[in-house]
Amino acid sequence: MELLLSALSQGLLYAPMALGVFVAFRILNTPDLTIDGSMVFGMSVCAAVTIAGHPVLALFAGALAGALAGLVTGLLQTALRINPILAGILTMTGLYTVNFSVLGRQANVYLQSGQPPVASATVYRSFQALFPDGTNPNLPVAVLTAVIVACVCAAMCVFFRTRPGMAIRATGDNEEMVRSSSINADGARIAGVMLSNALVALTGSLLCQQQRYADIDSGSGMLVVGLASVIIGQVFARRGGVTLGAVSAVLGSVLYRLIIQIAYSLQLPSYWVKLLSAVIVALALAAPVVSQRLRESRLEREEAAGYERRA
Amino acid sequence: MSAGLEIINLTKRFERGTPNEKTALDSLCLTVPAGEFVTVLGSNGAGKSTLFNAILGKFRPDHGRIILDGEDITAMRDYRRALNIGCLYQDPMRGTAPHMTIEENLALAYTRKAGRSFFAVNKKDSARFRELLSSFGMGLEDRMKTPMGLLSGGQRQAASLLMSTIAEPKLLLLDEHTAALDPEAARKVLGITKRIVSEQRITTLMITHDMGMALSCGSRTIMMDSGRIVLDISGAERDAATPASLAAMFSERAHEGLSDRTMLSM
Repeated sequence: MELLLSALSQGLLYAPMALGVFVAFRILNTPDLTIDGSMVFGMSVCAAVTIAGHPVLALFAGALAGALAGLVTGLLQTALRINPILAGILTMTGLYTVNFSVLGRQANVYLQSGQPPVASATVYRSFQALFPDGTNPNLPVAVLTAVIVACVCAAMCVFFRTRPGMAIRATGDNEEMVRSSSINADGARIAGVMLSNALVALTGSLLCQQQRYADIDSGSGMLVVGLASVIIGQVFARRGGVTLGAVSAVLGSVLYRLIIQIAYSLQLPSYWVKLLSAVIVALALAAPVVSQRLRESRLEREEAAGYERRA
Repeated sequence: MSAGLEIINLTKRFERGTPNEKTALDSLCLTVPAGEFVTVLGSNGAGKSTLFNAILGKFRPDHGRIILDGEDITAMRDYRRALNIGCLYQDPMRGTAPHMTIEENLALAYTRKAGRSFFAVNKKDSARFRELLSSFGMGLEDRMKTPMGLLSGGQRQAASLLMSTIAEPKLLLLDEHTAALDPEAARKVLGITKRIVSEQRITTLMITHDMGMALSCGSRTIMMDSGRIVLDISGAERDAATPASLAAMFSERAHEGLSDRTMLSM
């Protein structure tokens, strides 16, 4: 139960990031490596605004920061025609400096201010106060995050049915068709990358307020985590609409955390998590190819056996 | 009659200043009155598709102007001029988004002229799409929620044709749009094309390698060679022409012979 609740709250915290990765990889059909950087950018900006005393505004500011990072990557991809993977790496690398400055030229920041330090108000702290003393701290986190994720997910699904949203989907599917429909495909692509990174930065912001600190290194490997969530989610919806895909990305995020929690409970040291994530993604991506090969070689064996019998 | 499309001295050289320099369009001039349906013949590399790409804004010409319905569009961005230009290619895959439904594809194509609505797919527009699709007689109206990628080439091309004409363009460019289809589907798609073009009175250019088709469609036939127009017939002269006489006229004026495909289709 403890383990489940912990996996649920963690999974929901990382769900917006999974949605962001879903938008980049599945809808825009373009790998985006900005994600590792924009997640920390969201976290740092959120930390700065939270410390200044505006916890709710901080979440929006964090997401906006991510959108800004997406804007840079989007412009590099479209206006300057830089390879999407390289464009993402460039933004991510540049963001390290920006994040370091936002964190006050240090590697990490606790959400506190004044002398002696007083803990800053966060949305999670305020929400936790509504629950009786002695409640599992993961419960309020899970409930509040679930509400936020549900709103974000619903808004996203509605958006992808509007004309601008559909233009983004079509840009990922057939960019030429979008241009010949007299729609600015570059604009649609930039908007898509911005949305994707805003979602990723929202996870950074939520994490910042939940764990009460921001850390410059917390973004590394996030792309793989997001991809793992999207791929695990695909088990539920192989090929479906945007809504189904988005919901399964959220589910995938929770399942991924459950797998990680189980690994922890088996005494796996925490530094193993990255390798585990990478292996999960590699296995999931390889699965269709491997099963195809196995099927082919089985058919081939049967075919050969039948030939021998006849001969 | 006002000029639908006017092309003045259009020139494009590819790989300029290298040994591979190729003059794709050579001071080409062409005036097409509004509503006229012109068929375009020519060997491979004659510059037919390059002409289309220039009109569509896929590249900037070295010299010359392109004027559509009185407006100079030479420097206009490609997606902006697409507001008034519909285009269909040989490959049915090019004009459609495979993972989106027929309905969504049509709604997207209609965006440029559609009224305001919160959701892209709405009842009013969909009813119109259904009506237009049912007039095709291909059963597409019952498959509006089917992803485009699941359709056959002919069905997909018919849907693309509707997509490129749904916003009532001023100019329609058809680049061998029936060449990749089986004969039955090609006949059907060509029939729909003729009907839409005559109903909407769209100025149309159609590239083909089929001499018979070039003479049976539209009211004017031009032939291109080395980036120039070498033959331009209409009226009585065209009515009297046969694929054989056309081929003879062409080889008289062109540097290169006709393509094998054109000769075989005679």
